[in-house]
Amino acid sequence: MQQIAYFIEKYKYFLLFLLLEIIAIGFTIQSHSYHKSQFFNSANAISGGLLEKSTSIFEYGVLKKDNQRLAEENARLRSLVSSDSLHSENIDSLSIENKYISAKVIQNSYTKRNNILTLNKGRLDGVAIDMGIVNNTGIIGVVNKVSNNYATVLSVLNSNSKINARLKKNNYFGTLTWNGQNYRYSQLLDIQRQADIRIGDTIVSGGKSILFPDNTPIGIIRSFDATNKSYDNIEVELFMDMSNIGYVYAIQNIDKEEILELQKND
Amino acid sequence: MTRDTLILAFRFVLLVLIQTLVLNHIYFFGFINPNLYLLFIFLYPIETKRSNFLIVSFLFGFCIDIFSNTGGVNAAATVATAYFSLPILNLILNKQDTDFKLFKLNNEPVIRIVTYVTILTFLHHFILFGLEYFNLKEIGTILFKTFTSGLFTIVLIVLSILLTRKNKFMNQ
Repeated sequence: MQQIAYFIEKYKYFLLFLLLEIIAIGFTIQSHSYHKSQFFNSANAISGGLLEKSTSIFEYGVLKKDNQRLAEENARLRSLVSSDSLHSENIDSLSIENKYISAKVIQNSYTKRNNILTLNKGRLDGVAIDMGIVNNTGIIGVVNKVSNNYATVLSVLNSNSKINARLKKNNYFGTLTWNGQNYRYSQLLDIQRQADIRIGDTIVSGGKSILFPDNTPIGIIRSFDATNKSYDNIEVELFMDMSNIGYVYAIQNIDKEEILELQKND
Repeated sequence: MTRDTLILAFRFVLLVLIQTLVLNHIYFFGFINPNLYLLFIFLYPIETKRSNFLIVSFLFGFCIDIFSNTGGVNAAATVATAYFSLPILNLILNKQDTDFKLFKLNNEPVIRIVTYVTILTFLHHFILFGLEYFNLKEIGTILFKTFTSGLFTIVLIVLSILLTRKNKFMNQ
């Protein structure tokens, strides 16, 4: 007994150091597991509020780019909706599948291995866990934690996010992951060998995912290695510049509940 | 004592805010993110009772983690830096029984400050990026990031220590 007391007395700082390290690593591992997500993250009132304030200062630097992006998107939407239907009232409300909620990114760390974004909209604004996040150029990520006024998003640039993607020209599916190297490039895995892929092919979101509408753009294939059995190292250049995202949209799929219910019954 | 505690608390809050609200938005060459917050460890008054130091540095690192959504990576790295700061200081000063009550890093010669800051910063960054990637295959990336980010952090920290030096002309 005295031996133990002596041991603890002698190594008490080392033991305290070990204990604190174990707690810290515990939090780290917990943050890596999707959905069983951490108790502590930036989607709380204090850090969320402070981050929002600081972003509103830095925001002036990117206003020009944001405006340009909005103008481009407006032009694209106008060309999609012909001028007749723009003014007519009889848009069939049943045909609307997705509702969009706009939000601002108030925290972004694209150079980190596991990038998590913080948004300034939360539960009270209609944002919920598992909503897809896009901007006009493409897919950004998936909501993984919400508080009343803020939400965190598992971005495409995260080792835990696996996004269902397909080739635009045919329907071969794959999974989009990130190896942590360059934030402009993502990697496409599990593409069947018989799929005919070329450099320059466009990658879009797959219809299998209920988080994103089918055909949401992701990126362009820049390089790949082909062996007899499989494709390796398919590098996809992302359309969206993750280092510069101001405003994004959260997608609320109105039929999601119904689809999930159906799938559960199988 | 209370005055010291107040200064410490003020420095705690200030450095968390500077790091998370300003420096985390800054990327040199697109990927180097300096971690000035380590200044807190270097300026912490050295005591023989080290348990407070370890606990405070854990909380400090954890605050950074909450703001930047990194789980407990910064907390782990900061606690390790705090734990190894005293042995490394003893090594550099080359004596065992320094009068720590009177010791101030500011009053040491520049070369000692630089050595001390360099060793601890690289240690901190290595743990930080090692835990962030958590994969032996990525050891190249980890070392590269440790070196590049570490260099910027060291320059920032040494500059801030030297600039806050009191009566610097008397030391020359």
